[in-house]
Amino acid sequence: MSDTHAESVAFVRETTIPESPPPATERGVVKWLRENLFATPANSVLTIAALYVIYLILASTLPWIFGGLWTTTSLAECREILQGKTGACFSVLTERWNQLLYGFKYPVEEYWRPNLAFLLLFIAAAPVLFFDLPRKLLIFTGLYPFLAYWLIWGGSALVPIVALLGILGGALVYQRFVKSSFAAGFFGAILAAFVIWIVAGMIIPENASENAMLRAVPSRDLGGFMLNMMLGVTCVSLSLPIGIALALGRQSDMPLIKWVCVIFIEFIRGVPLITLLFVASVMLSYFFPPESTVDLFLRVVIMITMFSSAYIAEVIRGGLAALPKGQYEGADSLGLDYPQAMQLIILPQALKISIPGIVNVAVGLFKDTTLVSVISMFDLVGMIRGPILASTEWNGVYWELLGFAALLFFVVCYGISQYSQWLERRLATDHR
Amino acid sequence: MTTITDPPKESFRLSQLIYDTRYRSLTFQAIAALVLALSIWYLGNNLIQNLRAAGLNISFDFLGDTANYDISQRLIEYDSQSSHARAAIVGVLNTLLVAVLACITATIFGVIAGVLRLSNNWLVRKLMAVYVEIFRNIPVLIWIIIIFTIMTAVLPGPRAFRGDDATSSMVLGSFAFTNRGIYIPAPIWGPGSMVVVATFIASIVGVFAYRRYTTNLLYATGRLLPVLWPSIAMLLLPTLLVFVILGKPIGLDFPELKGFNFQGGIKIGGPLIALWFALSIYTGAFIAENVRAGIQAVSKGQTEAASALGLRPGRVMNLVILPQALRVIIPPLISQYLNITKNSSLAIAVGYADITATLGGITLNQTGRAIECVLLLMLFYLTISLLISAFMNVYNSSIKLKER
Repeated sequence: MSDTHAESVAFVRETTIPESPPPATERGVVKWLRENLFATPANSVLTIAALYVIYLILASTLPWIFGGLWTTTSLAECREILQGKTGACFSVLTERWNQLLYGFKYPVEEYWRPNLAFLLLFIAAAPVLFFDLPRKLLIFTGLYPFLAYWLIWGGSALVPIVALLGILGGALVYQRFVKSSFAAGFFGAILAAFVIWIVAGMIIPENASENAMLRAVPSRDLGGFMLNMMLGVTCVSLSLPIGIALALGRQSDMPLIKWVCVIFIEFIRGVPLITLLFVASVMLSYFFPPESTVDLFLRVVIMITMFSSAYIAEVIRGGLAALPKGQYEGADSLGLDYPQAMQLIILPQALKISIPGIVNVAVGLFKDTTLVSVISMFDLVGMIRGPILASTEWNGVYWELLGFAALLFFVVCYGISQYSQWLERRLATDHR
Repeated sequence: MTTITDPPKESFRLSQLIYDTRYRSLTFQAIAALVLALSIWYLGNNLIQNLRAAGLNISFDFLGDTANYDISQRLIEYDSQSSHARAAIVGVLNTLLVAVLACITATIFGVIAGVLRLSNNWLVRKLMAVYVEIFRNIPVLIWIIIIFTIMTAVLPGPRAFRGDDATSSMVLGSFAFTNRGIYIPAPIWGPGSMVVVATFIASIVGVFAYRRYTTNLLYATGRLLPVLWPSIAMLLLPTLLVFVILGKPIGLDFPELKGFNFQGGIKIGGPLIALWFALSIYTGAFIAENVRAGIQAVSKGQTEAASALGLRPGRVMNLVILPQALRVIIPPLISQYLNITKNSSLAIAVGYADITATLGGITLNQTGRAIECVLLLMLFYLTISLLISAFMNVYNSSIKLKER
């Protein structure tokens, strides 16, 4: 049989053919282009439209950016050099750099202080943000607020030290009494802190700030992007504990506490931040004792903190509601009392669920700090709209300044949201 | 013989107030009530003392006084001799106007961007991601200022439209984009125009009735009538017919350059445009994310199951995907609408006369009635928020999954 075959078939291949490459349309760049950009006629139209949009944007911005001038002293000089050619006048940024970052009143020779505080912020925030770092660093985080206050405002070091002592005293009392009863520890701590503050307030001499190591800077001299950063960091960190307390209060069985929290949260969430800032600027001082003068920065911090704590409370309430009921019952069946159950079982899980929401609130709040320019505080936007655009040299330099402000906010906010996504992946304990 | 005696009656001890769970919550609430009352008393006392020291009192009489300031963008009659209350109402209407306009356009932007973010097209997908990230991460105040600057610094003045060598011209001969605002044609309601409007409303009702009829017919007999083309025809034909028969009662008043400015037509002021557009694109970026999340939340099995039942792609979308996606999309969408309403208070930054700028701005500064003005302002926004959230609760309970 095989013989006949051998004669009838002219050629029998004995080795396999080497693999030939796939057709040109099915590999490499061409395949990717075909599948991702030109899959259907409609898709091709979309691609071309998108390319055109990108071309328009780049064609109008790139020459402007690369033709930019960095070293002139006024807009008129820019226009003279450019002579009708396209080009930005970035010199406003170099010339007014300090004003944009620190405001126009902060003493120039003291710029190192906010700079140092800003650098230390990263060290202080690092152990909170990244869990792998040694826990001992948290001690510095605890000290940071007092240090930063002293660096930025200057004046007598006694004020932050006394504040710190009060809190340390409160913490000691809490440690001592919390074993017998949470309430005793908690209220004892508050009482102890107040006693220390009041006693120390009587001891500190009136003229302590006059010959201090660091020159005192009043808070109305703060400004620029520094003010945005300070408001954002302060209000977010203050509003986290308050938000947790409000969220727990809203879930409470005690009707009075529950309703106080509900009314507070819904009221704050129902009004825009601007009205709260109006309260801070024109109304809040009526509620302080007649002889006291509380400065605008502190009043704004109070109102923004109230604002963001209401939003954080809602986020955390969502986290609490998402926990299965079994977690609450499990904690009860172990015989834990309410503070223990919350600290050990409920809050760690609820806060973990709430992280993306909390970060959203933080980013939103940081963006909202620009609203203080409406009540004539000179933050970044306030500086741009006020002193810089009104000056004779730079009247009309809109895009460079607004673009710079937009870029600064974009970098910070985008950075925070990327961090939150990383954290979410890091904390994901379910296997998906 | 022993008798079972009652257990010794526990006398109430003070420590029970803290250690006995029966009384503990009462104790805490009593403490909380005390603290609350004390702080209210303290704040109120300060308020009264401060007001007395400043020679002020709380009174809302100023609302009836003459306002003495002008508002250029207004929906109702108002002049500088009108009262502060009327100025506030103008402001309320302006707030609602910009909020409604921005809600509509933000939804359009958001839905388009959200759907395109899920496109198969890599370039479009990335472009939309860039749009969303850029607009979400830059404060809305900066966007409002940027767009307002475009309106005032980039667009030509009315002068540029004049003469034979005009550097600018009107778009389609009827829209003028100037740095004072955008001029569009205004409708003129001639005699008989109400008949046209009534016909149009009647046709809308008719379309709904027809759709309901086709649905009932489908369920009763299984026969499917065409819906789209009859609906369009019913919507347009009768109105057009009446319009032509009555001799075109509704005309258009085109803006015209007279002297130094445009006359006629409707003027939409620069601040309104800036606020409207900025709120739309800013909130649109957030809505895009909601839409994307909503569509992705419908599992792929739903599409496949619907296709397996033999539904065509359009019906799969309308009957299976959208109803489920909307359940996820609409609640955050409504809270975005709420955000738009609240963010419209930024109008004060560009001088749009909304309630914050009239009542909380000029009226407050003129009368010095800080507490009253801010309270009224908060009350207004609070009412709007509560109304919207009440509506949202009703909606949420109506779409809740019916579980057994």
